[in-house]
Amino acid sequence: MNINLTLIAQSITFALFVWFCMRYVWPPIMTALDTRRKEIADGLAAAERGVNEQALAEKNAAEHIKKAKTQAADIVAQAQKRAGEIVEEAKGNAKTEAQRIVTGASAEIEQEANRAREQLRQEVVTLAIAGAEKVLKREVDKTAHSSALDELAAQL
Amino acid sequence: MSGETLTASEYIKHHLQNLTYGKIPQGFEHAGSWGFAHTPEEARNMGFMSIHVDSMFWSIILGALFLLIFRNVAKNATTGVPGGLQNFVEWMVEFIDTNVRGSFTGKNPMVAPMALTLFIWILLMNFMDIVPIDWLPHLAGMLGADFLGMDPQHVYFRVVPTADPNITFGMSLSVFALMLYYSIKNKGVGGFVGELTLQPFEAKNPLVKLLFIPVNFFLEFVSLVSKPVSLSLRLFGNLYAGEMIFILIALLYSGGAALGIFGGVLQWAWAVFHLLIVLLQAFIFMTLTVVYMDMAHSSH
Repeated sequence: MNINLTLIAQSITFALFVWFCMRYVWPPIMTALDTRRKEIADGLAAAERGVNEQALAEKNAAEHIKKAKTQAADIVAQAQKRAGEIVEEAKGNAKTEAQRIVTGASAEIEQEANRAREQLRQEVVTLAIAGAEKVLKREVDKTAHSSALDELAAQL
Repeated sequence: MSGETLTASEYIKHHLQNLTYGKIPQGFEHAGSWGFAHTPEEARNMGFMSIHVDSMFWSIILGALFLLIFRNVAKNATTGVPGGLQNFVEWMVEFIDTNVRGSFTGKNPMVAPMALTLFIWILLMNFMDIVPIDWLPHLAGMLGADFLGMDPQHVYFRVVPTADPNITFGMSLSVFALMLYYSIKNKGVGGFVGELTLQPFEAKNPLVKLLFIPVNFFLEFVSLVSKPVSLSLRLFGNLYAGEMIFILIALLYSGGAALGIFGGVLQWAWAVFHLLIVLLQAFIFMTLTVVYMDMAHSSH
């Protein structure tokens, strides 16, 4: 328990250790700590930014999808309209065509009927004349009645 | 126990004697030559020009160990994910940094590293108290006998540097010198003297002021001088008492099996409790140093 040179030696040792710590230990560790603190802060900021960007991108994507859907719906509606139009047009065409065919057919039928009627009338006249000739040959003197006959023939 | 022939009182005395190197005084064997003291009386008679080799050995070894480990980490410090040791070192550094930031308001790049050095160094020196008290002295006795041809009974070896007042005063007086230096540097000689003489009793009347000066000086001087004294004696007293109790517990080992087992339990219990003191005293020394440095930097 004596006070001696140990006191001085310890003081010198203390000074040397503090100097060493101050010069070679403390600054690098503090620098490392500060740098890491900054890096972490930067990383957190970047993460925050990333989250924001993702939200923005999601919003954009949703908008794009919405727009595309509207466009698709428009296109479908247009196509449906066009299809309806085409069907209508086809129906109209078909009707006109049918009308035309029917009209043509009835005109032909009438023509045919008229021709048949004309033919028939010719044949009836020929027959009547033939019948009348036969009857008249027997009862009527051609000469006596020639004026009446001529008159008749003229009428026919 | 290091020797069967020792009585309890001799055993205690043996444990409380430092390994002292110096000029062997008159009236002892080999008087006039330099060497280790063989007895406590011889060590005492060596006077101031002698040195406690054991205290200095452990003090330097432990301080160097601290600086070596921390320097190694500082050199390879990465800013990425830190490893286990770096994590621990950074934790310590941040702990000290937070403490210094909390109680030191001035600007001095020396205070925080000094606080770190004091804390870890004192912590390591205090930890030597936890090592079973006979191991290292016994080893030293064997080494002294084998290599230096000394009588192992006369190889004194104390392993707790902070239980040596030289060590604690060495540190606290250094801190005191820094206090005085920074006080005068920051406040000027006038400011420092004024702080010592013009408070706590203040007066407007010049005559009363003059009368107050001796009273103030007495009070302030005592409070100033008590700082390094209390700083070192607190640490020394705690560790010395702790060591003393370990020595007394160790005495039980020579009292038969039952007492030996009882001593073992006691030693374990005291070691656990002493861990608190080890940590607390290192922390108190560091904190008070920072506070004193703060006082030296800030004016009233």
